[in-house]
Amino acid sequence: MTETALPPPRPVGEDYLEQPGRLVAAGDALVRSIGPIVLALAAVAAILAALGRNPGSFYSDILEGGLLTRTGFEASLTRTATLLLIAVGLVVVFRANIWNLGIDGQFLLAGVLVAGLGPDLRGVLPNAFLLLVLFLVAIVVGALWTVVPAFLRAYYGVNEIITTLMMTFIGINLANLLIKTTFRDFASTNVPQTSVLPLDERLPRLPETRSVHIGILVALALAFLVQYVMTRTSFGLRLNVLGANPRAAGHFGLSVPRLIIISFLVSGGIVGMAGATEILGVWGYVRADWNPAFGLTVVPLVFLARLNAIAVIPFVALLAVLSIGGDLATRRAELANDFLLVLVGLILIFMALTEYLGRRRALGGTYLTPGLVAGLRRRPHP
Amino acid sequence: MTRSEASTEASERAAMEAPAGGAAVVELTGIRKTFPGVVANDDVNLTIRRGEVHCLLGENGAGKSTLMNILAGMYRPDAGRILVDGQEVEPDSPKRSLELGIGMVYQHSTLIPTLTVLENLMLGSSDLLLDVKGSRARFAELAGMLGVEVDPDAEAGSLALGRQQQVEIMKALWRGSRVLILDEPTSMLTPQGVAELGRVLERLTGEGLAVVFITHKLYEAIELGDRVSVLKQGRLVGVVDPEAIRSRDPGELQALIVQLMFGEESTAVADVAELREDVDGLRRTRELPPEAVLELVHVTAERKRDEVGVHDVSLDVRRGEIMGIAGVDGNGQRELAEAIAGQRRLAAGDVRLERRSIATMSVARRQRLGLRYVTDDRLGEGTVSAFTVALNVVLKRIGQFPFWRRGVVRRRAIDETARELVHRFDIRTRGVDSRVGTLSGGNVQKLLLAREVSFEPKLVVYNKPTHGLDVRTMQAVRERIRAQANEGVAALVISTDLEELLQLCDRIAVLFRGRVSGVVENGPGAGERIGQLMVGAKAA
Repeated sequence: MTETALPPPRPVGEDYLEQPGRLVAAGDALVRSIGPIVLALAAVAAILAALGRNPGSFYSDILEGGLLTRTGFEASLTRTATLLLIAVGLVVVFRANIWNLGIDGQFLLAGVLVAGLGPDLRGVLPNAFLLLVLFLVAIVVGALWTVVPAFLRAYYGVNEIITTLMMTFIGINLANLLIKTTFRDFASTNVPQTSVLPLDERLPRLPETRSVHIGILVALALAFLVQYVMTRTSFGLRLNVLGANPRAAGHFGLSVPRLIIISFLVSGGIVGMAGATEILGVWGYVRADWNPAFGLTVVPLVFLARLNAIAVIPFVALLAVLSIGGDLATRRAELANDFLLVLVGLILIFMALTEYLGRRRALGGTYLTPGLVAGLRRRPHP
Repeated sequence: MTRSEASTEASERAAMEAPAGGAAVVELTGIRKTFPGVVANDDVNLTIRRGEVHCLLGENGAGKSTLMNILAGMYRPDAGRILVDGQEVEPDSPKRSLELGIGMVYQHSTLIPTLTVLENLMLGSSDLLLDVKGSRARFAELAGMLGVEVDPDAEAGSLALGRQQQVEIMKALWRGSRVLILDEPTSMLTPQGVAELGRVLERLTGEGLAVVFITHKLYEAIELGDRVSVLKQGRLVGVVDPEAIRSRDPGELQALIVQLMFGEESTAVADVAELREDVDGLRRTRELPPEAVLELVHVTAERKRDEVGVHDVSLDVRRGEIMGIAGVDGNGQRELAEAIAGQRRLAAGDVRLERRSIATMSVARRQRLGLRYVTDDRLGEGTVSAFTVALNVVLKRIGQFPFWRRGVVRRRAIDETARELVHRFDIRTRGVDSRVGTLSGGNVQKLLLAREVSFEPKLVVYNKPTHGLDVRTMQAVRERIRAQANEGVAALVISTDLEELLQLCDRIAVLFRGRVSGVVENGPGAGERIGQLMVGAKAA
């Protein structure tokens, strides 16, 4: 196509652009974020009905198991901490339009190293210090597991979706290998597992709770920090530019390879933290073939939240409630636990549909300088 | 019936009825087409007659290409009727239009460079097996009709742009078109290529074909057109018929068309419209200080496959000098600009800014030293269209004071600077908080200029600074370049518009296949010498 064959740029006056009011725009964003979830819940209800189950009691079971009982509520809160860390780690790369889909590998390897090294180090280091060191280990391991895809992408343009997924396969199997050999606690059961970290040496509990650990505070703090970095700092803007227009990034003099590698490392590090949080906060050990596969279920939520590290919090909390309460609900409805994946999958499908029907929002427009707040609420010119 | 039979029959029919001259082939009535926020065509009536070169003239954005894209089946009109040979038709795809005998040649090549000429021509075939023999016959027939010599077995990518365009014309005529639409066909051609195209058009109209020639250059319309229709802001504002063209002298004709194109403002813009006037020696010779701001010493840039690249280029630009880079598009212009800006690594040679080697410095470092690059790819790499005007103004200074302090953004500083630049450079925008994507092309270019020439530049590389702009913006941009030069800033202006370079520059270097084929002092006769150098003649 030729330049002149495209609709010509409007030569006179730009005031044709009708500006929807803030309310309209906010409503628009809300519909596009919540819409897919509501539709997915409705569709799952229809499926349940078709299967001869009562959708009403299914959803009330979810609420009961995930929110309304004290154990359920606390478990959801704890799960939120882990999922939120993963989501925040993804925000960093997705903003730069880089697809780190190797989350599960980074998560699991970090978790296993923490679980394996923890019991060995506990005699050597004082408790508070031990936790810090273990978190550091997790960050380094998570980050290291992104190094190969990061370099391949940065210097050779190799598609990181493929390399990170491949690294996940390696990571999961390596984690299992470690559990079955180096870190195996031969004193325990038949199923290979690491030795169990005693309760009092795990993450401190919040006061007035039975099982909620400080991981949730760490995750929330990190979410706000990442959001601040992404929207107010020069580093955040660089990542946003890279995400919005990589060729422009080169033209503006940004070091594109370095940005790609840094965002990968930061992302992997935060995902590694999520692994440590899950192990040090909830389990205390890892059993062979354990893989909660949180990664790919969090990905759609990050996009529903429009790559906003704070806006993702309610979405992640919802997923936590669904997965915790879903245990009870699927058991009572005599369905496999995997049925919940149907719900997540449907969210994805409806999300794609909403995006298709609505207008695609350009990535990176959230960098908030004064006018941009208004610009953001304005529909982009086609 | 096979395709080749059909096409032969079509051309025979065309030949029999030709050259009646004046019989309407296509009639467009009441055509209206809108894009979101833009009325591209509004109630346009146009009659295309056989045996005529019908020029569609207008500024960029006047709706010329849109109108013809409707006829070629690329767009569907919102309202209006299209008659071909008196029958109402609805060309809803390029294929349908081709079947109706309407072929279009686009501004940029649509040939597949790795296929041969013949293979490119056979691409549109829907037969199961390729009819190579029939195609060769058809090729010979068309080559004879157009009077061109092209090797059908040459790789399309290896042909000169003028030859490629001839192949494009053959492609459009392949199935026996009777209406040939050419969209800005001269923009990629040398003066010699334009002359050759003129001869091809003559033969085509002689065969009874109708040719629609889209251009924004007035002199081309007068030289090549039998009939000239003028579009302005999507509306047809006037038609100059063949009698009028024949009977009036060129000056009078020019005045008439300028009046049509610009209406009230015609007196203001007449001198900047792209009239062919003798601009040789327009630029006074100035006393320039001897020291060079920018020196290129035997520069050879790294290149990717399929790129022309830059080979052994040596140039210097002095303080306050405007150095032009002429050449047919695709002869290494962008590669040269990128090598200077630092976006492309050097394979050999050196680049110096004020005698200091900058060859290994990063883009950002060069930028800080005062080297600026106004890219020709304004939306692709020059701006982030999802970001605001304010933010785009400072995107080359991310992290720098006063816009950032200790890595944290200072919105007020950014907005104040942006507002000032928007005012000073007359950027038409709702406000500095509008997204760049909402600006028109001319205003995006003003934004780029504002960003590059502010903050104390020493040398500015302008790559096709006025390409695709309307006449007024074009004038503003050229004035800005001159003003900068008068303040002592060196400029390297890369342009495919020779007229522009002759108006602006002190000296003009010519790029041919990635090498400098010569440097010409601007003055009487410069244009002609540059024209020769553009096609590879050795410098005298």
